[in-house]
Amino acid sequence: MPVLLIIVPLLALLVLNLPWMRLMNRLALWVGLILCLIQFFLVLHSPSFFWEAPPLWLGRLFLFAPSLDYLSLVMFLAIAIVGASALLVCRYSIHDLLEPVKPGACSHKRFLVINLLILALTGMNGVVLANDLFSLYVFLEITAVASYILIVAEKGRDAFEGAFKYLVMSAVATALILAAIALLMLTAGDLSYANIKLAMSASSDSHIVLAAVAMLVVGLFIKGGLIPFHGWLPDAYSAAPAAVSVLLAGIVTKTTGVYTLIRIVLSVIGFSDTLENLLLLIGAASMLVGALAALGQSDFKRMLAYSSISQVGYMVLGLGAGTILGLAGSIFHLFNHAIFKSLLFVNAAAVEQQTGTRDMNRMGGIAEKMPVTGCTSIIAFLSTAGIPPLAGFWSKLIIIVALWQSGHIAYAVLAILASLLTLAYFLSMQRRVFFGKLAAGFENLKEANVWILIPACVLAAITIGVGIGIPWLFETFLLPIRSLL
Amino acid sequence: MTFGIVYIALLMLLLLAGIWTVMTLNLLKSAIGLAITSAILSLLLFLMAAPLAGVFELSVCAGLITVVFISAISLTKPLTGTEARARDHSRVKRFILLPVIIVAVAWGLYVMHPHLDLPLPAADVERDVRQVFWNIRRIDLVGQILVILAGVFGVVILFKDHPDTKGEIPRTPDAGRRTTDKDRPDTKEGTPA
Amino acid sequence: MMAYTQALFSAGIIFTVLLAVAALYCLLFSRNLIRILIGLELLTKSVTLLIALAGHITGHMALAQTMIITLIVIEVVVIAVAAGIVIGAQRHNQSLDVRMLRNLKG
Repeated sequence: MPVLLIIVPLLALLVLNLPWMRLMNRLALWVGLILCLIQFFLVLHSPSFFWEAPPLWLGRLFLFAPSLDYLSLVMFLAIAIVGASALLVCRYSIHDLLEPVKPGACSHKRFLVINLLILALTGMNGVVLANDLFSLYVFLEITAVASYILIVAEKGRDAFEGAFKYLVMSAVATALILAAIALLMLTAGDLSYANIKLAMSASSDSHIVLAAVAMLVVGLFIKGGLIPFHGWLPDAYSAAPAAVSVLLAGIVTKTTGVYTLIRIVLSVIGFSDTLENLLLLIGAASMLVGALAALGQSDFKRMLAYSSISQVGYMVLGLGAGTILGLAGSIFHLFNHAIFKSLLFVNAAAVEQQTGTRDMNRMGGIAEKMPVTGCTSIIAFLSTAGIPPLAGFWSKLIIIVALWQSGHIAYAVLAILASLLTLAYFLSMQRRVFFGKLAAGFENLKEANVWILIPACVLAAITIGVGIGIPWLFETFLLPIRSLL
Repeated sequence: MTFGIVYIALLMLLLLAGIWTVMTLNLLKSAIGLAITSAILSLLLFLMAAPLAGVFELSVCAGLITVVFISAISLTKPLTGTEARARDHSRVKRFILLPVIIVAVAWGLYVMHPHLDLPLPAADVERDVRQVFWNIRRIDLVGQILVILAGVFGVVILFKDHPDTKGEIPRTPDAGRRTTDKDRPDTKEGTPA
Repeated sequence: MMAYTQALFSAGIIFTVLLAVAALYCLLFSRNLIRILIGLELLTKSVTLLIALAGHITGHMALAQTMIITLIVIEVVVIAVAAGIVIGAQRHNQSLDVRMLRNLKG
């Protein structure tokens, strides 16, 4: 019955857009939040009636037996949490400016943005649920189209530039993925993961299959913003409206790039020496280049975007280890990253909205005036840098141990080094933004309002909770990954 | 045999139309070249026994997308005469290499001789495309609905003429003031390039 | 029969790659935003051709047709959104030149 995770949001969207605009304008936010909460509790309580038995009528209606395993559940959880945060930030940061100007015209920019956010979440649910390559492509495109529009929702000049770069790179990636799908169709005549895997094992040294795998992997690297295909990512993240950067950085590129890569490697391509070496190389390059570039930034959101590239590098590195432990670390880090990077972007939204600038050189001592934002951002940055006992420490530790065990000692050392770089750029950020002397002009700065403090506090609590609860989580969260290989 | 000849001829035409689309100096001609490429592709689809896809390609890609392109071209500002001449000059320089590259790649491919080096799957039982759509790939229809919905929101957001909102944002310290173009230079100061 | 399929495949692949090369050249060397979109469209055309070829050779034309139709629907939406973005960028920059899109750096 998990197909309902696509169908129910679709129906909700259709109902929201029936012509009773006035009422729906207010309801949209709550509908989105309720959808996210339902998804959250469905994963946490995992009632078997929902995840297992597809009732006959529904199975017949949609003819879709999704691939469901432990990995999908983690993704649903992350999508729900980040989606809810993005919706709350949207309530905080997007003003319905035109309402007082033209009372009759019923402007509804926030309404449209919320609709598109729900649409992007639905698309990502579809990406996670897809069990054949073409459905995967369809849902990737839904997520991508919703993201392009969301980036330009506020119509700044930079937004158009960022969205255009994202669109072109993403379209090239899509073309590569589709070409790979067409070539893989030659092997199996079918598109489901299982059949293609079967057919590929029969003709594994065929040049056509090799070309297809190469195009697929490169396409997914572009979608995930890995070095050397990262050019679009900082532009798109920093130009997007606050709520949208939370969604993009927290979950969109991670679902469309990293999750899809993990899924494709696990269920279609399978590990091989060449692939592992490629993943390790690209992962290490992203990790280091992202961290070094982040050091040189003065724009708050751009720095976070480069940090995001660096963290994605860790995930790919974990996958490249090719062991169960590496996979567990990769998925765990994906989840942790969704939480702490969303938290950092939520904080960035609060700071940008309250101070009116993103330039870190013009800020200083903000923690004094915005204590909650300051505190939560320290938690998030400690988690990103991998300081025990926060969540980020454990996932990085698992990845490094996995690299060490599988004999890639040089890469393990690089990962530790990149962790120090992470610490360096975040310390520099904290010093420039939150600590030190209060910068001139911020004397009557106020703390952000409750709409943004709720997601900040909840995300910080999750980061601490996951970090402290790791002995318990090890049983429930990490060991089930064994079933994936 | 006639199939093979028509097939090769159409492929050549397709490539020629594509190259013309890229090489031509006039933007409008380029858009029309794209439409011609689409039309030739739809003929190829008819030839390969994909009539429904061919109809879609012809009506949507050769028709609708050309309309989108031409309206985009007419909605944007054309270049002045001198600008256009300068542009043409630099374009010719940049694009003169394309035919050379195409010939080189074609020769390389001919030498490499791409061939099927894998066992083909068993052919499908003769099925109708509508049946496949409704009976096997129904989830793609849900996807199409979602993507069209996204397109509708996109068109509403992108094409609805908001008055320039920059001046209307309240400029109190805690209300949203976006970095406008005007104060961009000083925010960029100190950014290491 | 096999030789015939081989010839069909080889010719199809060669022309698909050549069309994709032309499209990529257009993407890389164009300075006009609309022309870049035209390059993307050409790239999509070559992919469409490849899907049709795969369907034709394996005898799964019905599946290939459904894929092409879905692909076309998505293509239209992407191009409409992209055209909107290009028009918006042109309004802000007063130019369609891609070299004007250099505001974001670092």
